[in-house]
Formats: sequence, structure tokens, C-alpha cells
Amino acid sequence: MWLIGFFIRPVVFVMNKSSERGNLLLDVKDLKIQGFSDEKWHDIIKGIDLRLHRGEIMGLIGESGAGKSTLGLAAMGYTQPGCRITGGNIYFDGVDLANLSDVQKRNFWGDRMTYVAQSAAASFNPAHRLILQTTASTIRSGAKSKDQAYSDAMDLYKELNLPDPQNIGDRYPHQVSGGQLQRVMTAMAMSPRPDLIVFDEPTTALDVTTQVEVLSAMRKIVEKFNTAAIYITHDLAVVAQMADYIKVLRYGKEVEEAPTREMLSSPKEEYTKSLWSVRSLEKAEQQKSESVLSLEGIDAAYGSAKVLFDVSIEVAKGTTVSVVGESGSGKSTTARVITGLLPQSAGSVTFDGEELPKVLKDRTKEQKRRIQMIYQMADTAMNPRQTVGEIIGRPLEFYLNMRGVDKRNRTLELLEMIELNGEFLQRLPSELSGGQKQRVCIARALAANPDFIICDEVTSALDQIVQEGILKLLLRLQKDLGLAYLFITHDISTVKAISDQVVVMNQGEVVEQGQKTDVFQPPHPAYTELLLSSVPDMDPDWLTNLNAARQ
Amino acid sequence: MHPVLSTVLQRLGLGLATLLAVSIIIFISIELLPGDFGQIVLGQAATKETVAAFRLELGLDKPSYLRYFDWVVGVVQGDLGQSFSGRAASGQDRSREVAELIGPRLKNTLFLAGITALISVPLALLLGISTALYRNSIYDRSINATTLTTISFPEFFVAYILILFLSSLNQWLPSLANVDAATPLDERLLRVALPVLTLTLVIIAHMMRMTRAAIINLLASPYIQMAQLSGASRTEVIIKHALPNAWAPIATVIAFNLAYLVVGVVVVEVVFVYPGIGQLMVDAVTTRDIPVVQGCALIFAVTYILLNLIADIIGIITNPRLLHPK
Repeated sequence: MWLIGFFIRPVVFVMNKSSERGNLLLDVKDLKIQGFSDEKWHDIIKGIDLRLHRGEIMGLIGESGAGKSTLGLAAMGYTQPGCRITGGNIYFDGVDLANLSDVQKRNFWGDRMTYVAQSAAASFNPAHRLILQTTASTIRSGAKSKDQAYSDAMDLYKELNLPDPQNIGDRYPHQVSGGQLQRVMTAMAMSPRPDLIVFDEPTTALDVTTQVEVLSAMRKIVEKFNTAAIYITHDLAVVAQMADYIKVLRYGKEVEEAPTREMLSSPKEEYTKSLWSVRSLEKAEQQKSESVLSLEGIDAAYGSAKVLFDVSIEVAKGTTVSVVGESGSGKSTTARVITGLLPQSAGSVTFDGEELPKVLKDRTKEQKRRIQMIYQMADTAMNPRQTVGEIIGRPLEFYLNMRGVDKRNRTLELLEMIELNGEFLQRLPSELSGGQKQRVCIARALAANPDFIICDEVTSALDQIVQEGILKLLLRLQKDLGLAYLFITHDISTVKAISDQVVVMNQGEVVEQGQKTDVFQPPHPAYTELLLSSVPDMDPDWLTNLNAARQ
Repeated sequence: MHPVLSTVLQRLGLGLATLLAVSIIIFISIELLPGDFGQIVLGQAATKETVAAFRLELGLDKPSYLRYFDWVVGVVQGDLGQSFSGRAASGQDRSREVAELIGPRLKNTLFLAGITALISVPLALLLGISTALYRNSIYDRSINATTLTTISFPEFFVAYILILFLSSLNQWLPSLANVDAATPLDERLLRVALPVLTLTLVIIAHMMRMTRAAIINLLASPYIQMAQLSGASRTEVIIKHALPNAWAPIATVIAFNLAYLVVGVVVVEVVFVYPGIGQLMVDAVTTRDIPVVQGCALIFAVTYILLNLIADIIGIITNPRLLHPK
């Protein structure tokens, strides 16, 4: 009997898609959503109103857990598994989606409202060609024939500046780059000419230079077809480029809403102001002094694929060197060479005057102790079954032979250094917030009394306010303990906040390096120029001006 | 060369290497069987001289590595050797080719396995997909409970219960499956009905549950949510979006169960008196008919290796990353 459903096509609601600008399209009233976790229901959205007119773009911003994705999906009448709507209405063109069955809502999805997800790589079905996925819902709804839909998809690909628009649709998702995939997903969202598109952090996973292209393409096409959109992001500068209105969310409630320019120039609420101020953190630059670590002429390869070419970097005692670059630039590989995880094929690593053996197992315990590392994903960098006390205690025991009371006292001291306290000793990683987890990872690195710490994208997975806290902590620890950092990041504002020297890398080579002020001062080498100019400003006209300048 | 082709060739090469390794293991394990082959084959009454003559005739006096090479060289040329029973030393040479002994038995086994596969594989897939579609419903739970029950009973028990109800209390199906080369196809099908039913009940749970699990596992993927949000129905989500990505694990489990149908059904053969290869091998072990044992073991190894190879290939060709490289 289940097969029957497969052959019966859904009955399409016949509705006129009036695309006049200005009519009220979406009217969410006092929406409440709960999610099920830890054996009980929690409020995720606690009564939010949202009004969107045709042709308008609403930006939703907030930290993780603010409920912005849940709200964005709910605007389509969709709730994720484990969530339920407990109150309120979602009027879409007069129809209350909150009261429709899944089968009824399906007639809206992929036809009158579409969705662009954060990770295009994960959101395309790996088994099907792109054009098939781009046009599936358009063909299903009967709006266009297969030929029409295909040729329209090719036009959209062209509109979105995808290379070879006639043929790119014949490829499989893994055969195109992340930035291209995100644009194909935008084409997929646009294919049925919906009234509403929900963009859920569509550029978060992309490099800055790619992000600019994708943002421009998305903005162009949404303007062209006068489509209403909800744009969800945690990046203020990005939302400033896209949205007509910005709504700030926190803990499932609205903080404030205003037109974009007004919101940027004069935020009313304290919370919004604190979001705005995060990017102002900047370290006073220190001059180079005696070097603690120096890389000279490093080449390295994964198998036969060479990934580092003649990389030379010097880190002075008590200073921070930031390594910036996009994915694939060789930043993390450099860290692997320093730690001995990936032996270099040429060049040398000198630490405090002595050359380090290439391979980790040839290094002495003392050499290992003095170089520590903090990782991007604090979640996966800790054993989920060990308590915070065990996690921090382990290097104390291993490197410093501390036991019993000594170990316990030192652990407490370390917890205080990272602004936590003894209550955390018995907690498991799963009982900590994202920022607390990263703090515990910092304490674990500190436990070995290192001279040098490699920080590999340590703030990338965190919300901006939490990021600020971690960066301040790292700066304070550097001052108190005289640590040197090699700080790997792709985020320019983080670089400004933490570094003394900056190294710009691209495709395994060092493009430019020097004191922070020198590197950020024009003239730049071409790649640095591209990288720096691609970082969005909080100015709503930034993207327009940039595109005009690049023409 | 297309990477899929080179991978397949590589797997094929590995399969051959595995087969060679298995042949060594088979040979060594048989060497380890207790007792003197000649003495056991000829029985208690044989005189020392007869046993010696027998050993000489079979080449048992040669060192084992030589006998191994003789055997492997023969197998490569398609010659599985001569059976031990009915050799010249016992009076006159009435011994038969191993291939001649195994041939008809293998055909019977493949027939039984083939019919069972034809019924159980599509049924398992259908049940797996439908339970995934209606997961946690009454339908899903009852199917799961039923298949788990049938897999939990030993197969001889399932066989006897079926005989009791379908053959004894109601004379619907024959309880004996004794076929020979002359049995016509329709008669043959009727006679294997009960063994097929037994085996289906035994293997279906594994395949069905894997299909269900593989599909449900994929339902948490972002692309499934994406498919739902582009208006795909439940059935479309399962068939078009989850299933194409689930073939690799499903194929592995199917291959495993099909191999079991060829090599592991001796109990069912005994219960239904079905002249399959399993019984032949057990008999050969008891009488120390070494060439037959070796031949059967080798066929079993080939079955496993071949079916797993096919499952691997299915895994490769249903993975677009391998089929359509960058």
C-alpha cells in the first residue's frame, strides 16, 4: 500500500502568485516553538512576531541558540524533528501554515517557498546530478516542463556567474567547489520562482573571497526577481549587505528590529550594542624580540601532493604571529610540521636555539612539553568520558609528574586562570558551553607549562561575544606568562585583535609577512589586497562599492 | 583507465590472493585431522600391506608441500582430483572424479540458493524500505518482531515446525526434498518449497533490518531535510534520496546471506534430505575423502570471495564520488 503514494502526485494548490511589491507576504504572530532534549520539552522560540512584505529581505541575527534557524524554518511552516509549534500563527499569503498538515505544507515547499542551507556540500544529495536537483521541485509542481526547467536552470546558473552554465548541471555535487555549490543551491531555490526564500547562514562555511562572489550573486538574483527573503546569519557585516530590515534575536526572543541603516548607526538595546562592539578589540603591537621558534625553508607534502613551498616563519618570545589564509592555503599543515605530526621534506624547525627532530617520536618529552596546541573543535578535542579535572590533570601527571594534592591544587589554579572554578572539576565536556569547552582546552595546554602554543582556528566555531572573551583571555595569559602564540585563522578581525606579526599564506606559500601595521598598510601584494578587500564592513554600501571598484 | 575499472581489477587480484591463502589454510587444516587417512578410509580390517599400498597409490608418502603443489596445479588446470573412495588398493579401481561427485550436488545447492534468493532478497528490500517509511508504526514493529522471532529459532526447529504444519497436519507440501537429475522443474520446485521457506525465514531478518537501518541512518542527513523542504513526499524522500545512497551496506549484507545459502545450509539439507553440497562435504569429512573435502572447501571460499567482490563493486558503482571522479 505504501507504493501507491509514490505514484499519486500531490494535488497542486492553484494560487495566483501576485508579485506586487509591498503586499504583506508573511505574518508570523506570537510564535512559540519547543524542542525536546534531555527528556523534556524546552522553549526555543518564546513568542516572536515577524512581518515580511513582498520583495523585502529580513536579516535575522543572533548567537547560536538564539533560535534564528528555528524561526527561519518555522517561517516555512517546517519544524525540525524533535521540535513542535506550541502557539501562534504563521500566515503565509493569508494561509496559516501552523494549522496545515505536512502533506498540505508540501505544496508550498519547493514551489512558493524555498530554502538555502548552510552547508551546500552536505545539503545536495551526493547521488544525483546538480541540474536534476535544481529543477526537481519545479518539475514536480508542474510549473514548467522538464525542458523549460532545464533551460531556465542554465539561465540561472549564468545569472549567478557559474562557470560553463550549459554543462555545470551535469556534474555531481562533489565535482564542484563549495562556493559554486552554494550558488547552484541559490539557483535551485530560485528555479520555481518562489515568493519567499529562506537563506540559512549560506556563506558561513565559505572563505572570504568566495563569500563576496556568492553574496553578490545572491543579492543580484533576489533583486532581479523581486523575491522576499529571510537571511539568517551571525555575521553583522554580511547581513548589512543583504537585508532591508534586521531583527536581533536572543534566547528565543526578539531584542529589537529596525531598518538596516538605522540598526547599524544607532542600535537601541544594550545587547545589540555589545554585538556591534566585538570587532573593536585590537592588541597594541609588540616589536620583534628574541626568537623562540623559527621555520626555515619548509617544504611538506601529503603523499605525492606537495602542500608547503619554502615556508619561513619566525615567532618571537611573548608575541603572537597570526597565520592568515583561506582553506587550502597550508596554515594547518604548517602547524602539523611544527608539532612533528607531518615531517617536512625540506627545511628545519628550530625551537629555542635547538633544531627539533622532524618526527614526533624522536622528540624528547621536554621538547613536546614546551610546544602545546589548542584546536578549533573543542568538542572533539576532549575525551567525552573524562571530567574536566581528568582532562587538565593528565598533562600535569605526564609532563610534570604531579600527583595527589599537588595535582589537584594546580588544576584548581589553572581553572582560575581560565576564569572558571573548582565546581567544574567533576563536570563532563558535554555539560559545558562552547566557550567553556575552549577554556578547558586552553587550561589543558597551559598545564604543561609551555613556552609556545599553536592556536588552530580556536575561535572560529564560537559566537562573536564568546570569541571576544577567549581572545581577551589569551591576551591576558600571554602577558602574565610570557607565552608565544602561533595563531591560525581565516578571520581578519581576529588577526587585528590578537597579533603582533602577520603571515599571509596562499596555496602553500607565504605571500607576505611582517609587523601587523605594515601588513595592513597599503600597498599590498595582489593576494593580500584581495583578501583584505573581501572582508565585509559594517557599511551597507560596502558590497555595492566593492563590486563597482572591482569592475 | 577508469578508476572504477582499476579498483575492480585490484579487488579481483586481491580476491585471487585471498583464494590462494585460503587453499593453504584448507590444506593445513586437513593435514591436522586426526588419524591416518589410509587406515580410516580402508577401515579396521585392512592389513598393513593394503594400507601401505593405498598410501603409495594416493601419494600420501610424499611430503605435504609436494602434495599441496600437486593439488593446486591440478585445480588451476580444472582438475579437482580423484576421490579416495573405491580406489584400486581396495580391489579394483571404481573411484570417481571429484568434479563428477561435486557437480550435481553443487547444481542442487545453487538451485535451492537461487530460488531462496529470488524470493527473500526482493522481499527483504521491500520490507526494509516500507518499515523505514512507516518507522515506529504498528506495521514496523510487527514486521520487526516477526523477523526477529524467525531468526532467533534454530533453523532445524523452524524446519520441523513448518513440516508439522504444512506437511503433517495439512498435506500441502512434501516434507522430503529428495530430487535427482531426472526430476522435472515443476516437481523440483514443489519439493524445495519447504526448504526455501525455511531458509527465507532464517535469512530475511538480517537483510531487512540492514536495509531499514541504512535508510533511517541517512534520514538525518542535511540533504534529506533539503529534499523535504523542496516538497518531496515521504515516499520520494526514501526512494529517491535515501535509497540510492544506502546500497553499499545493503549489498554487503545481501552478499553475506547469499554466501550463507551456499555454504551454511547443511542442517536444512539434512532435515529435508536434500542432496546438496553441504551433506556431501560432511560425509566426505567422516570418511576422510580428502580430495572431496578440499574441493568443497575451495568452492565455499570462491563463493564468499565472489559475492563479496560483487558487493564491493555495487558499493563502488553506487558511489558517485568513485564513479564520477573530479
